[in-house]
Amino acid sequence: MSETINGDGVAVAANGVGKTFDTRSGEVQALTGVDLRVAAGEFVSLIGPSGCGKSTLMRLLADLDSPSEGTIEVFGKTPAQARRDQDYGIAFQQAGLLPWRTVAANIGLPLELHGTDRAARAARVAELAELVGLSDFADRYPDQLSGGMQQRVAIARSLAEQPRLLLMDEPFGALDEMTRERMQAELSRIVGESGAAVVFVTHSIPEAVFLSDRVVVMSPRPGRITGVVDIGIGRDVPRDESLRETTAFFAKVTEVREALHGTPVTASGREGR
Amino acid sequence: MTADAAQVLRARRPRARSRAARVRVALLGVLGVLAVAAAWELYKALGPDDGVVVAGTRVLPRTTDLAMPHTWEMVARLLEPTTSQAGAAPLWLTVAQAALVSLAIAGVGWVVGTLVGVGLGLLMQVWRVAEHGLLPWIVLSQTVPLIAFAPVVRSWGARIEIAGWQWPPWLSVAVIASYLAFFPVAIGTLKGLQSPQHTHLELMHSYGASRWQTLRSVRLPAAVPYLLPALRLGAASAVIGTVVAEVSTGYLDGIGRQLVAFAGQASGDPAKAWAPIFGAIALGLVAAGLVGLAGVALRTYRRGEAS
Ligand SMILES: Nc1ncnc2c1ncn2[C@@H]1O[C@H](COP(=O)(O)OP(=O)(O)O)[C@@H](O)[C@H]1O
Ligand SMILES: [Mg+2]
Repeated sequence: MSETINGDGVAVAANGVGKTFDTRSGEVQALTGVDLRVAAGEFVSLIGPSGCGKSTLMRLLADLDSPSEGTIEVFGKTPAQARRDQDYGIAFQQAGLLPWRTVAANIGLPLELHGTDRAARAARVAELAELVGLSDFADRYPDQLSGGMQQRVAIARSLAEQPRLLLMDEPFGALDEMTRERMQAELSRIVGESGAAVVFVTHSIPEAVFLSDRVVVMSPRPGRITGVVDIGIGRDVPRDESLRETTAFFAKVTEVREALHGTPVTASGREGR
Repeated sequence: MTADAAQVLRARRPRARSRAARVRVALLGVLGVLAVAAAWELYKALGPDDGVVVAGTRVLPRTTDLAMPHTWEMVARLLEPTTSQAGAAPLWLTVAQAALVSLAIAGVGWVVGTLVGVGLGLLMQVWRVAEHGLLPWIVLSQTVPLIAFAPVVRSWGARIEIAGWQWPPWLSVAVIASYLAFFPVAIGTLKGLQSPQHTHLELMHSYGASRWQTLRSVRLPAAVPYLLPALRLGAASAVIGTVVAEVSTGYLDGIGRQLVAFAGQASGDPAKAWAPIFGAIALGLVAAGLVGLAGVALRTYRRGEAS
């Protein structure tokens, strides 16, 4: 396989993963035959229509649910072990901030739970607040922040323990287009600095192309992987506004769109079934 | 950072009552009391002496001075001596002293009821079996009429004597008050502890947080908005329980007994019978106000309510 782009470690390895939910109206096959490999330090986006199982896959990776078939390894361990070892950080569509905690206390929550002492925690929280540009808002409460700022707090929190893997499920889904583009650039910079691998769910093709090393295209009923597009814009290329104007960018947007809409894909298309 | 600052200004702020709004609330309260007094006087002036009787049942009271003294007479009576004996304290002081005794007893009952209620709520949340086993009994406990078990509590209490320490009668009253107070607190605690958003619980799971950590960092803070009204209800229940228990256990120093005693003198002194009623109302307001202070102290945890 050609997925390993930089580094030799494998962050995520899913083999033949399927997930079936028992509901009152019968069984729902949310995922079937999913093979996915994410290298350490790699940025992979999952894209596809609603209901194609993107969130389900994320929840399986995060050990919030377990697969019905197949196996998942996160850094060579079971997802449960990776969770206990705090190998990953999560940031989902709802920022999920605790409303009674200040920005600083929200960012520091995982550190607090894992017994980091007060001084080290304060230093790390200050560093993270700086990273997401919220130093001036450390003492605010979530209800005093805009949606974009709340989302940045959630991202800072997911980075608190320097995880090697970030699981992000439509983290910018609730943001307006301008904030969203700014957040994409910021995320790209932050991830670049931290060197973490990222699995990123989105509905937006330009967002996926802008951020990713690879875009995984999914289809519903049953949810499966129907294509993979290598973006091939190197990590050394700065993710800024000018990138969005390049022909390479447009070409990749078109390629992902075609993969999404079922037209034959020329590059590195791969049937998941 | 200016864009962020603008966003902050636009973002939702916690609802803080302005000074003007507070003055308006106070004015409305005074207006409400005046309206009740006006309605009282209006009916007294216009209503028939014998009240309104429909099919043998009196649906509106008599308007005689005996049944409905003038409001100003009731107020004036408060300032006069309690009895005709020389050196008797003014009526308002006698009533206030009795109300304070009842407030103290209700306070003890409320504290005990709150501890028991929070404890039961915690037990039911932490240990699911307990919820199924305990909840029906907790609901059932409130269907036992107070009058039925008040004398039982008193007679049990009278038999308790530990190393020379005698169970005081007021403690029986407090126990009965706590019996009423624990119920809303237990239900409110359970509901509150079960109220956290799914995403918050999953976040804690992703951190590998222990049960105790999840309880402390998410469940308890999330329970506060449910707990505060429960504590207020508990305080009201403790006050009612105290007054009723004083009457049914024959405890003499509180407002409950005073209500009965002064009502007995109503034929000769109709305005006096109303004084302990005002005392009981004031007692309830003070109790609710004290609990309201707890709400102010815990306001950080009520931010969830706004969003
Ligand atoms: N807990 C669940 N119980 C039953 N069905 C579920 C559950 N979670 C997801 N599904 C179903 O699985 C499918 C995939 O859902 P999801 O992973 O949320 O899709 P996506 O995130 O791509 O929009 C949908 O048909 C959805 O209804
Ligand atoms: Mg989803």
